[in-house]
Amino acid sequence: MSATSRLTCPIPIARYPRILTAHGGGGSLTRSLIHDLFFAAFENPVLADEHDGAVLSQPAGRIALTTDSYVVSPLFFPGGNIGSLAVHGTVNDLAMCGARAVGLSVGFILEEGLEMDVLWRIALAMRRAADAAGVQIVTGDTKVVEKGKGDGVFINTAGVGELKHQRVIAPRSIREGDAVILSGDVGRHGVAILSAREGIAFETPVESDSALLCEPALALVDEGIDVHCMRDLTRGGLAAALIEISDTARRAIHIDEATIPVVEGVRGACEVLGLDPFYVANEGRFVAVVGGANADRAVEILQRIEVSSGSRCIGQVRAGAARVTMTGRIGVERILDLFSGEQLPRIC
Amino acid sequence: MKYIDEYRDPALARRLAHAITIATTRRWTIMEICGGQTHAIVRYGIDKLLPEGIELVHGPGCPVCVTPVEMIDRAVRISECPGVILCSFGDMLRVPGSSKDLFSARAAGADVRIVYSPLDALAIARSHPRNEVVFFGVGFETTAPTTAMAVYQAQQTGVKNFSMLISHVLVPPAMEAILSSPTNRVQGFLAAGHVCAVMGYQEYRPIAERYHVPIVVTGFEPVDILDGILRCVRQLEAGQIRVENAYARAVRTQGNETARKIIARVFHVVRRSWRGLGEIPESGLAFTPEYAEFDAGKRLGVGPIAVAENEVCIAGLVLQGARKPTECPAFGSECTPEFPLGAPMVSSEGACAAYYLYRRHTAADAKESTI
Repeated sequence: MSATSRLTCPIPIARYPRILTAHGGGGSLTRSLIHDLFFAAFENPVLADEHDGAVLSQPAGRIALTTDSYVVSPLFFPGGNIGSLAVHGTVNDLAMCGARAVGLSVGFILEEGLEMDVLWRIALAMRRAADAAGVQIVTGDTKVVEKGKGDGVFINTAGVGELKHQRVIAPRSIREGDAVILSGDVGRHGVAILSAREGIAFETPVESDSALLCEPALALVDEGIDVHCMRDLTRGGLAAALIEISDTARRAIHIDEATIPVVEGVRGACEVLGLDPFYVANEGRFVAVVGGANADRAVEILQRIEVSSGSRCIGQVRAGAARVTMTGRIGVERILDLFSGEQLPRIC
Repeated sequence: MKYIDEYRDPALARRLAHAITIATTRRWTIMEICGGQTHAIVRYGIDKLLPEGIELVHGPGCPVCVTPVEMIDRAVRISECPGVILCSFGDMLRVPGSSKDLFSARAAGADVRIVYSPLDALAIARSHPRNEVVFFGVGFETTAPTTAMAVYQAQQTGVKNFSMLISHVLVPPAMEAILSSPTNRVQGFLAAGHVCAVMGYQEYRPIAERYHVPIVVTGFEPVDILDGILRCVRQLEAGQIRVENAYARAVRTQGNETARKIIARVFHVVRRSWRGLGEIPESGLAFTPEYAEFDAGKRLGVGPIAVAENEVCIAGLVLQGARKPTECPAFGSECTPEFPLGAPMVSSEGACAAYYLYRRHTAADAKESTI
């Protein structure tokens, strides 16, 4: 029986229905947690070596390395959970470099009192997401903090990826005349989390867009598209991603508001809460900046893949100083700037 | 999306802008009262669609902006009292007091929480019976009904650990203060549609008559605002001054009578100090004697605090429509959303924040973009 088909937590972990500080003490309970829960969920030959680190074969080309930490609350939300998010996020960051993930590490910081079954479900979600990405979780670490010093579980993942091409996919590669392509509608993750966290119910329930982006991102590279930069949209949303690219590249980016899809549920929630959907978090969307001549073909390639089937060209790289501008709904151009801190709900 | 898309229709917006151009034969200065309207104007670039003769000036209708520094300082001091959980709207937490804002108080250990409604604060009081839960109630007639309802429910259900720091203000007295100022330039008003949804618009009629200014009850979408401007310009050009409702889908003459009743039950009208505008008679709300026990200042012994405003910041003139944000020497240099000197740079409804976010980073840039 494979680990992912097991519905309940494996014995003897089940004798301890909650995480105790002893699970982080380095003794038999720590060993039991690692073996019976994490190894059972992530089972693979590299992990089975039980060594201090994972030893991987050297790829032929360059490698990419990335890391990210996940502290989302609540741990489970419509459309995903902290476990699937922790795998998607790191695999996606590698994909944005044009790299295919070859190995992931995972660090868990567990709060005393966390239900073992919750941890098991998170670990299984990580396994499923890793399987879908074609990558294995090859090394890891666990720490337990006292009750009140964590928020259930924090996860850090790091990933190594392999580049099978010679392109420099980075902000500095973008050029005047490049097309900016967005892989689908924006704002769903942020609204899903907010509604789950605050218990705000909307007529149309919104699910997080949390998803793997390796297939569409690597398809662009594999099919010879002149990809200059890719970036997944996370905190700060579409606006922050474009502003960061523009700032780093010292180039102007212009987009057209009317081309940017926002689903009804997200629009409604943002209207009610006074948020701008272009600044709301995503976990399954990216922008690709490609040579202008390749724009149509890039959009076609992306539209063939389910996760990016809503792709469209939303703007261009323009001449001029670093700045992101947008033609608004009624045809007037304005600047897109970073918010200071987080978007706060308005008063009236 | 219904009730949104039709009011952001670019073709309709252009038609209205064209109609305004045709209707305008002289120079007119029109003030939109509400900061929500200011943001829509700057965000959508509505001012750039207007003929040269129409100048929009931005009014004081930003609840965060007009809350005096002293009230922020009192809120900070209350949040630092042992056992207190201070709740307010998100925007309030970043407004600078004389020494710190509520976010800083939270970082230093105070229990300060963002709520979406005063009723959420009441729920926190019920679930934390050992704490004193204080709601910092700010805003105009729009937020006053929910504040009043929370206090009413607290009294009805005998919640003893719930109180409020109240800084509610009223729109019509502020309009009168602006109109009676010797430097006033405002010739017509776009009244705030949501305030009128609560209060109706009867109380604007004496103001329109006394000061001979058209007052058009206006919504918040681009088409609403352009329609409000068009009606205002047509009145000015024709010299026929009255109160007109351009937001009939939300506003009735009498407003929302249930909301007005609960305000009248819990609050009475008092003299109130406004940030940037000074003291205005009969311009604020305070608890009636029946609800005086819910006054957090009295309950916790945190009385008035004497404080001085920042000397460089021209927030007062901006709030009166006498100056544009970009005319401030500190705009975009000393004063930014990260390091605000005044509240209009903080609030999501503040005029300075609107110019900073949607136009240019510095005063020079902003001027360049308007040429």
